[in-house]
Amino acid sequence: MAVTMTRITVLANPKRFLDYSSALLPWTGGLAFVLLAVGFYWALFATPPDYQQGQSVKIMFVHVPAAWMGIFVYSLIAGASLGGLVFRHPLADVAAKSAAPLGAAFTALALLTGSLWGKPMWGTYWQWGDARLVSELILLFIYLGYIALWNAIDDPNRAAKAAAILSLVGAADVPIIHFSVEWWNTLHQGPSVTRGAIDPAFLWPLAILALGYTVLFVWLWLLRMRTEIFDRRSRALMLAKGA
Amino acid sequence: MADFFAMGNYAVYVWPAYAATTVVLVVAIASSLRAHAKARENVRRLEMEIGEGDKAT
Amino acid sequence: MTAFRALIVRDMKLAFLAGGGASLAMSFFALVATLWAFGIGPDVTLLARVAGGVLWVTAMLAALLSLDRLFQADYEDGSLDVIALSPLSLEMAATAKIAAHWLTTGLPLVVLSPLLGLILQLPPPGYVPLVVSLAIGTPALSGIGAIGAALTLSIRRGGLILALIVLPLLSPTLIFGSGAVIDALGGTGRGAFLFLAAFSVASVALAPFAAAASVRLNLAS
Repeated sequence: MAVTMTRITVLANPKRFLDYSSALLPWTGGLAFVLLAVGFYWALFATPPDYQQGQSVKIMFVHVPAAWMGIFVYSLIAGASLGGLVFRHPLADVAAKSAAPLGAAFTALALLTGSLWGKPMWGTYWQWGDARLVSELILLFIYLGYIALWNAIDDPNRAAKAAAILSLVGAADVPIIHFSVEWWNTLHQGPSVTRGAIDPAFLWPLAILALGYTVLFVWLWLLRMRTEIFDRRSRALMLAKGA
Repeated sequence: MADFFAMGNYAVYVWPAYAATTVVLVVAIASSLRAHAKARENVRRLEMEIGEGDKAT
Repeated sequence: MTAFRALIVRDMKLAFLAGGGASLAMSFFALVATLWAFGIGPDVTLLARVAGGVLWVTAMLAALLSLDRLFQADYEDGSLDVIALSPLSLEMAATAKIAAHWLTTGLPLVVLSPLLGLILQLPPPGYVPLVVSLAIGTPALSGIGAIGAALTLSIRRGGLILALIVLPLLSPTLIFGSGAVIDALGGTGRGAFLFLAAFSVASVALAPFAAAASVRLNLAS
């Protein structure tokens, strides 16, 4: 824990962060590609059809990692927001801002793939009975609101703090939202529709893909954070030039 | 081979799902790389301009 | 009169002035409920089934109408600075504003709802649950709405962003609130009122802190 805290404070300096991240970039990018290549190959070519879902189970391999990333990224944003508000870490808002579009994209992808997975399984493209899918839809709206707030406030410092507060309120609310959606479904059909346990044969490729998505996210996140830091430096230089 | 593409009659669901995934991931990667390269180039250019301005004065 | 009560009274007075939003919210509530009836059609049984949900959604939207000016109006004319400098803590000031908003928007919606229930063919067992659920749930609308209002107070035309950030957060209120009416009509009991009350109490208790923090960050620059 102490080591992590030191590392995080070490990264507080933008120049240091740029140096560290540029060293990390090729490794994370490369690792992401390897994991995704292995994962997708295994998922597509080396898994059996599910005894219940047939080959439609293959959609699980693109849906579950995307859904996991949507939630994971939001908790990162909430954590970064806390770091910015409470510990005043200088790069916290950069981290949060950069992660949001990626998280939203993963969530939207999860919804799309979840819908396609659901049609052969439930007979309908949208299953209100799946509390996780419905909660993901609300999470997408929460992401969109978060991004909109960042863009709507002119002053970047204000925007950062406002977005941070919003993300923390959202983080507190999301479990409640999920619970209320599950409750909502108890009216007619008992516990909500489940997808059933995952066959062990699928666990390995799924785990590899989940890890691959995560490393891919880290790579893209580093790229976007660096982009944001470069842009801030550009703006500062433009102001200096004008002076 | 045809069996593989048919995906046990679920092809119409499986392949769009993978296609959408590919598109989203490729667009995310491409846009992140491009924005990053552009931003880095901007900074280099501005730093050079300011460097030259200092030399001129 | 304590500063807290003075702020509530002041906000209430302002709310009933033209442009204050209170009467606007009520008119909107009534108008949109009517529009729903036109949109769904004269199918009485269908209207009866959806009346609870329609009224709940419409009430949420109506409550939003007066929210965007909750802090913005005071911010623009400098009153918010005065409030911040007063002996009243910003958290208490936020609580006062939330209370005033509920008294001038939420409560009128609660009172108006049975009349609109009539228009939408709400069956007799639904009226008490509708009124009670709105009474319990509208404070959460004011509380969480106030957080959104404080976050967006520096954004011109911030009403749409306010709606976008606040409505998803209010899903539990809507789900439990309209669920209470649905349960009453269907004869089931799933504890809707309890969950609704719990969420409202938590929201009203915690919202002032988030709202005050948001006001502070806007005043700091």
